[in-house]
Amino acid sequence: MAEDLLLDIRGLVIEATSYPPGEPPKEVTLVHGVDVQLQRGRVLGLIGESGAGKSTIGLSAMAYGRGGVRLTGGTIRLNGREIRTAGPAELRKLRGREVTYVSQSAAASFNPAKRLMDQVIETTLSHGLMGRAEAEVRAVGLFRKLGLPGPETFGQRFPHQVSGGQLQRAMTAMALCPKPDLVIFDEPTTALDVTTQIDVLAAIKEAIRDTHVAALYITHDLAVVAQVADEIMVLRHGRRVELGETEQIIHAPREAYTRALVSVRSLEHVEKAPAPPVLKIEGVTARYRGTGFDVLKNVSVDLPAGQTLAVVGESGSGKSTLARAITGLLPPSKGRITFAGRTLSADLSGRTKDDLREIQMIYQMADTAMNPRQTVGTIVGRPLELYFGMKGAERDRRVQDLLDQIEMGKGFAQRYPAELSGGQKQRVCIARALAADPKLIICDEVTSALDPLVADGILKLLLNLQAEAHVAYLFITHDLATVRAIADKIAVMYKGEVRRYGQKSDVLAPPYDDYTDLLLSSVPEMEVGWLEQVIAHRKMESAGN
Amino acid sequence: MHPVLKLVVQRVALGLLLLLAVSAVIFLGVEALPGDTAQAILGQSATPVALENLREKMGLNEPALTRYFHWLGGVLTGDLGTSLTNGTDIAQAIGQRLGNTLFLASCAAVISVPLALVLGIIAARYAGRWPDKVISGLTLATISLPEFVAAYFVIYLLTQVFPIFQPVAMVFPGMGFWSKLHAVALPVIVLVLVVLAHMMRMTRAAILNVMQSAYIETAELKGLRPIQIIWRHAFPNAIAPIVSVVVLNLAYLVVGVVVVEVVFGYNALGQYLVDHVTKRDLPVVQAVGLVFAGVYIGLNILADVIAIVANPRLRHPK
Amino acid sequence: MRIPASALLGLALTGLFLFTAIFAQWIAPYPIDAAVGGVWEGPSATFWLGTDTIGRDILSRLIYGGQITIFVALASSLLSFGLGSFFGFLAAVRGGWTDQILSRIVDLMMAIPSLIVALVMLSVLPLNLTVLILVMGVLDSTRVFRLARAVAMDIAVMDYVEAAKLRGEKQGWVIFREILPNALSPLVAEFGMRFIFAVLFISTLSFLGLGIQPPLTDWGGMVKENKDGLIYGKGAALMPAAAIALLAISVNLVADWVLTRTSSLKGGRGG
Repeated sequence: MAEDLLLDIRGLVIEATSYPPGEPPKEVTLVHGVDVQLQRGRVLGLIGESGAGKSTIGLSAMAYGRGGVRLTGGTIRLNGREIRTAGPAELRKLRGREVTYVSQSAAASFNPAKRLMDQVIETTLSHGLMGRAEAEVRAVGLFRKLGLPGPETFGQRFPHQVSGGQLQRAMTAMALCPKPDLVIFDEPTTALDVTTQIDVLAAIKEAIRDTHVAALYITHDLAVVAQVADEIMVLRHGRRVELGETEQIIHAPREAYTRALVSVRSLEHVEKAPAPPVLKIEGVTARYRGTGFDVLKNVSVDLPAGQTLAVVGESGSGKSTLARAITGLLPPSKGRITFAGRTLSADLSGRTKDDLREIQMIYQMADTAMNPRQTVGTIVGRPLELYFGMKGAERDRRVQDLLDQIEMGKGFAQRYPAELSGGQKQRVCIARALAADPKLIICDEVTSALDPLVADGILKLLLNLQAEAHVAYLFITHDLATVRAIADKIAVMYKGEVRRYGQKSDVLAPPYDDYTDLLLSSVPEMEVGWLEQVIAHRKMESAGN
Repeated sequence: MHPVLKLVVQRVALGLLLLLAVSAVIFLGVEALPGDTAQAILGQSATPVALENLREKMGLNEPALTRYFHWLGGVLTGDLGTSLTNGTDIAQAIGQRLGNTLFLASCAAVISVPLALVLGIIAARYAGRWPDKVISGLTLATISLPEFVAAYFVIYLLTQVFPIFQPVAMVFPGMGFWSKLHAVALPVIVLVLVVLAHMMRMTRAAILNVMQSAYIETAELKGLRPIQIIWRHAFPNAIAPIVSVVVLNLAYLVVGVVVVEVVFGYNALGQYLVDHVTKRDLPVVQAVGLVFAGVYIGLNILADVIAIVANPRLRHPK
Repeated sequence: MRIPASALLGLALTGLFLFTAIFAQWIAPYPIDAAVGGVWEGPSATFWLGTDTIGRDILSRLIYGGQITIFVALASSLLSFGLGSFFGFLAAVRGGWTDQILSRIVDLMMAIPSLIVALVMLSVLPLNLTVLILVMGVLDSTRVFRLARAVAMDIAVMDYVEAAKLRGEKQGWVIFREILPNALSPLVAEFGMRFIFAVLFISTLSFLGLGIQPPLTDWGGMVKENKDGLIYGKGAALMPAAAIALLAISVNLVADWVLTRTSSLKGGRGG
């Protein structure tokens, strides 16, 4: 049915100019001839890793190229007319009216100087769709539908006066207000905590269903898109890998790449038996100087030698602060930390060379964790010099051993961090930690900044290294799939306290406390209809209470 | 108290404290430098007795701190002492000249501010294209010129090549407003040239900074016209940085005035200051220095206060 | 690597200025202080740029004057650079009280325009080269301090600096091996700007009669000597004025290029 076809993109080619440092600018092709068809009222999920071109393709439905990106080839037909080559005046007529956009960061996408209501109804007014009073009534209705608090007065607030999750919903209201034919959702829940994400996701899904709007839903998270999309298109390096009904993509993927994406984060690690601890944290309380509250409250956990303790929590839970307390960067005000049988000095300056050597750290952002002016050889070799006095050929040989251990091979020692990919950078950081021959490595969200497939590789590497070197990991993360993949013990943190702690099998089995229940049930599962089940379950429970 | 009011009060109080500290530096700091006022007045050939007499007369034998508080008390009551070289009352002399300096500076401001804003907006609108390159190239050239160099190029051009103006700017009491304006035309042109470049570049940067925000992209994706985007979304957010830019450059103008007055023999505060530095007349230098510092600090406070008041996060707290 | 034409021009001119300044004695056709012609003669084959208010060869005085201008500006910008970056790094790395005290002193110095402070100081101090270099160097070091401190602070919060501290590296290693190599390029670009500022500053002081004193001369002083000629249509004062402008613009072109190059290295978007 051709008249039902809302968006018809054929042979789309998108190019951009790239500016590599120290070299002349060059032309790169981001999207190589992709086709996208979307029927009225349907939801298509665009999924892929970074660099797949999913956002770029999504925005092409508005004939918009972000940051100098050019739509150079193919046709984009919206409501039956070609828009790729349309002039600015014609594009203004369709943007904000026929197609609207919800971005990843609503906090940055709202004008800080204007009230929310004025921004939400702006296009409805400027395109002359309704009068002001009517538009405001519609906006309040949308606020209510999206579950925003105090829908009557919500619009009178300024963007900085509401939370991130609420802003994301307000942006959805803004997109739906002019009754568009198509909404582009560009990673709308990625920046949110997992317990907030589920509410926003449910609100978006309900709003899409009730308004019968068509949507392009862009995300890197297959489990999320499975909740909202009718169809899913898998993209990689600006090319289409596979297109299919949601059920088919997650249960019977045809392409190897899709299969890899589906099975990612399904690593399962068999927990080791309880053993005597190498790290013992007892009653640790800490606060940052100049603040009036404790960020860690009476935290007590143990970590057995050669095992992994996962510390799980959302932003503000104090999980990264715990790492700072252990490393001595933030001396606790109360409590004791025992490591390898000796009590650690609270402050970094009081620690011995062996204390420093035996506790190593790996950071979330490998980019900022390596000095950009040092080669990989220097970065990995420095701990060897400092702790073991290795020099010259002996040091170089050991550096190569370590690089082999992280599966990076020859020729990397002379490279600078800028010449490595994201996953390679994180591997070098792991090699640097291993060089010290530590007993404990603190891993602070080490996979969060990486694409899922790369992250999986890093987790497998860490597990192999643990088996070889018998090193313990304190693994800080917000991601429960990562926890399942690597932990022997788990500590769930919330607002500076340990809410639940024990062997993995105990922590992840009912009965749960309220917070752990909320956290575990909020993690999207790769199952169509999961979202509805959880929401229905929660409604039933709250009705029962 | 409303947080905005609190911050403004804090900022003004901090500014006054800074001014007090500056007064101490101007008075005590100068005392600490090697150099002897009495020797400076009487010259190298003065006899020890004459030096001692002068020191006694000027109160130079008192402890420095005592003299500072005495001086500060005078400043607060409008008594700036008398000039060492000719014994005239300093406050009176400053009063006569301050008006001329402010007249010159305000003429320059009235022309340069709108001009800089318009050029800055044009350059930002066509960032990276030829209007931007032309404007930015010209301003790069004028930024590299000290005031007096710009002044002599302008003089040569407008009095010799195209004889339109007089090379000296004489103003005297009782002169009509229009003839005064004609008299200061050349120095004003020079000041405008000098201050325009900075102001325009900073305006351009402030606008470009706002235009790169995500909410401008949102506005574009809403299908708004460029004029609506600028007026509703860019302008309310750019106003604070732009006003700051303007005020900071007015403060810069205060310094430019000193040199330009000397070039044109314009009888005002800057000329008065330079004359008395040459004569090593310390009380005059300290008093005029304090006036310039006061104006400069005052304008800086104003810029900060405007930035505070314009910030929606502070105006509408959570 | 391709050098843009504007930067190439800037480099060539800056080089030319430096060359004539260093070899002034051999290049200048006439002695600095000899009246060799009539008053304010126009340019001719004997006097390429004409003669000045008492009949001295302007080209020769420009060459000698350039030597002084560039020497004083270089010395004072080196001083401001050394002082500013040393204390800036110190404040950033030590933090706490060291930082508080240094930063407040700098705030105070920057609360008044440098020219006004310089005028107040020069009303007491003897006028000689050393004093001028010291005054200008100290006053301008405040700007270098702020930049160096800000740059070092940005780097000091990087994870690789924290990693070095956790590794147990000494402070010397942290400053010289981790922070300094990353702070160098923005500071080098800033050096050009400080040099220009010093050229403009010394020229202005000399023009006001408070800088280089006779029998020495610099470009600012030469403008002052010859300014009255302008009223009679004699352009002698324009020659040193043009020299100041040209030097400032050429160094600016070079500094601009260095700046964009280093910032593109830092924030360069990869492919």
